[in-house]
This record gives sequence, C-alpha cells and structure tokens, in this order.
Amino acid sequence: MQVSVYRYDPDVDEAPQMRDMSIDLPEGKELMVLDLLERLKEQDPSLSYRRSCREGVCGSDGINMNGLNGLACITPVSQVAKRGKLALRPLPGLPVIRDLVVDMSQFFDQFEKVRPYLINDQPPPAQERLQSPEERAELDGLYECILCGCCSTACPSFWWNPDKFVGPAGLLQAYRFLADSRDTASAERLRDLEDPFSVFRCRGIMNCVNVCPKGLNPTRAIGKIRGLLVRQGT
Amino acid sequence: MTQVTSLARSGLADFLIQRLSAVVLALYTLCLLSFFLVNDGLDHRQLVEFFGSASMRAFSVLAVLSTAAHGWVGLWTVGTDYIRPHYFGARAVVLRMAYQVGCALLLFIYVWWGIRLFWMLPG
Ligand code: SF4
Ligand code: SF4
Ligand code: FES
Repeated sequence: MQVSVYRYDPDVDEAPQMRDMSIDLPEGKELMVLDLLERLKEQDPSLSYRRSCREGVCGSDGINMNGLNGLACITPVSQVAKRGKLALRPLPGLPVIRDLVVDMSQFFDQFEKVRPYLINDQPPPAQERLQSPEERAELDGLYECILCGCCSTACPSFWWNPDKFVGPAGLLQAYRFLADSRDTASAERLRDLEDPFSVFRCRGIMNCVNVCPKGLNPTRAIGKIRGLLVRQGT
Repeated sequence: MTQVTSLARSGLADFLIQRLSAVVLALYTLCLLSFFLVNDGLDHRQLVEFFGSASMRAFSVLAVLSTAAHGWVGLWTVGTDYIRPHYFGARAVVLRMAYQVGCALLLFIYVWWGIRLFWMLPG
C-alpha cells in the first residue's frame, strides 16, 4: 500500500513536502491508521505524531486522512484509503510543529475563552448541587467532547478567524455550561458571545458534524446558543 | 481587527438585520412575481400605476434599504474573512478599508438611485 505522509522538520526542511512510503498490509486483518503510523515509524523513526490512549479517548491523534479529519486510532485504514492510496496530513489550519504534530494553542485559547467550568454564585450546599435526571439529560451530546480539535480544524470559519471565532469545539462547551441547570452565569456567558465573530461567524456548513469522531453535533449547539442570544436580546 | 465598520457592532443585531431584510426581500419578490403573473401584456401606464401607488412606493424603498443592509452585513463578513494579514501581510488593513469603502459607495449609490427612482415616479 502507498502512503503519502506530510513531512516537515522546521530545523532541516525549507518547506513541507509529501513523502511516499510503501507498506505491506497483513492479510485478513484490519489495521487502524494509527497501527499503520506505528509501522511506518519502524521504517523511519524520525516520523512524528501524537498518540496516547490508542482507543479514541484522549483526543491526541487527530490527523487528516485523505482529506478527512479524524482520530487515527479508531479509523480503519480500509475506511479512508482510496484505491490502495492514503495521504496523511496534520490537522489543517494550525501551525505545524513537526510532521503530523500541530500547535493547538489557538484551539485551546478559544476553549478557555468560553470559561469551560461551572460558575455558581450561590453558597455551596452541605453535600452537592443536585440535578434532576431531566436536567442531567440536557448535557448529553455535549459533555462527551474529548477536545481532539478535528471539528474546529475542519471549519472554514475557524481557518479564516482562529483568533476571533470560538470554533465548534469551544462553542459546544459554551453551550454545555449554558445548558447546565447548576450554572448561574448564563447572562454573562451570552454577553461574551454576542459580538460579530465569536458565534455568528458560524455559517452552518456542518463540516464539524461531519468529522466529529464522537458523533457530536456542534452545529446544533451553536443553533441553540443563537436561540438563547435572540431571546435574551429581544 | 476593526469591528467599527460592522453594521450594528453586535453579531446578534447583524444576524437579526440579515434575517429580517431577507424576509422583506422574499415578500417583495413574491409580490412582484404575482403581479407579473396575474397581469399579462402590461403597458407603461399600468406599470406606473402599480409602482406609483403609495404602498408600493414604500414597499419598494423598504426593499432597496433591505438590499443595502443585507448586502452590507454579507460583504463585511466576506471582507473580514478573506482580506486578512494572513494572506495579504501589512497591506491587509489598507486593502480591507478600500474594499469596504468600495462596497459602501456602491450600496449608497443603489439606495440613492433606488429612492430617486421609486419616490419620484410620476404618479
Ligand atoms: S466536538 Fe468532536 S471533533 Fe470537536 S473536539 Fe469535541 S470530540 Fe473532537
Ligand atoms: S457548522 Fe459552523 S462551526 Fe461547524 S464547521 Fe460549519 S461554520 Fe464551522
Ligand atoms: S490515541 Fe487517544 S484518541 Fe487516539
């Protein structure tokens, strides 16, 4: 099988380039793209990428496989390879540190901006802040995000304005706390999102939904935030 | 980056303006469409009568204003998406200003011409 890998070592290379490597796949056994990378690394130990859990939990091995963002560890090679060919690139739009490793600072700066933690100005109760099962159910489809960055780096609006548009991952988390019955800072949270960029740069293309390896739907969360903003503002 | 040139300086207000103007334009289109479909073989006098009525004048002017508002929000967004230092370096700010002035001028001419056209119809 032909694998074409994005290679860039800023200390040595003038410019990034795609380098072809070939590899024999074992018969009758499905490999994940991460397995493939591990084998390629045996061929060329200088190949760099991030990984940790190898089971779709940590979110560290988001890469671009034949044009589609996803987690290398849970993406079967057969699902992304086309006619025996596979091109592996770093997540698009972010600065490349080396090979498939990108600098996620812009992504996490936007995440921090939405204050992704519970804010509650009431005195804490003796034991815990309770939620009804219905209130808890509001957080389904929101809390599962593993911050892999696949969605935001597939989003054109995030490519154009990564410093001002919060991006799908950050907005999903913004809504996660807006929807939390225990959070008392909704009004402030909404005020922080009301400018022309933070939320309203979303053009509803749904690239984010298309790639999320956890099957989450940031576009729906963004729609809900818009709805809350309209209700608060009118 | 400058947000001063955004129509309402608030994403929410821009968003609402864009939706509202879209509704006005859709209704205006429907109104014209049904007029032309129902009336076959119109002559000049009938047209002047239709567009010269007080309500159609007001509606037409509203449609022209909606076009300008809708256009401005959209064009401003396109400009701030694509005319950025990332692609154009230090020239981006000047280029974007030129682009925005160009768009504003164009839309202003549309509005001025549209209002003249519809408001000053002989009727
Ligand atoms: S929403 Fe999905 S794609 Fe985006 S960061 Fe979370 S898990 Fe990754
Ligand atoms: S729906 Fe919005 S957030 Fe998702 S990819 Fe499209 S513009 Fe980005
Ligand atoms: S290695 Fe942890 S998500 Fe893939």
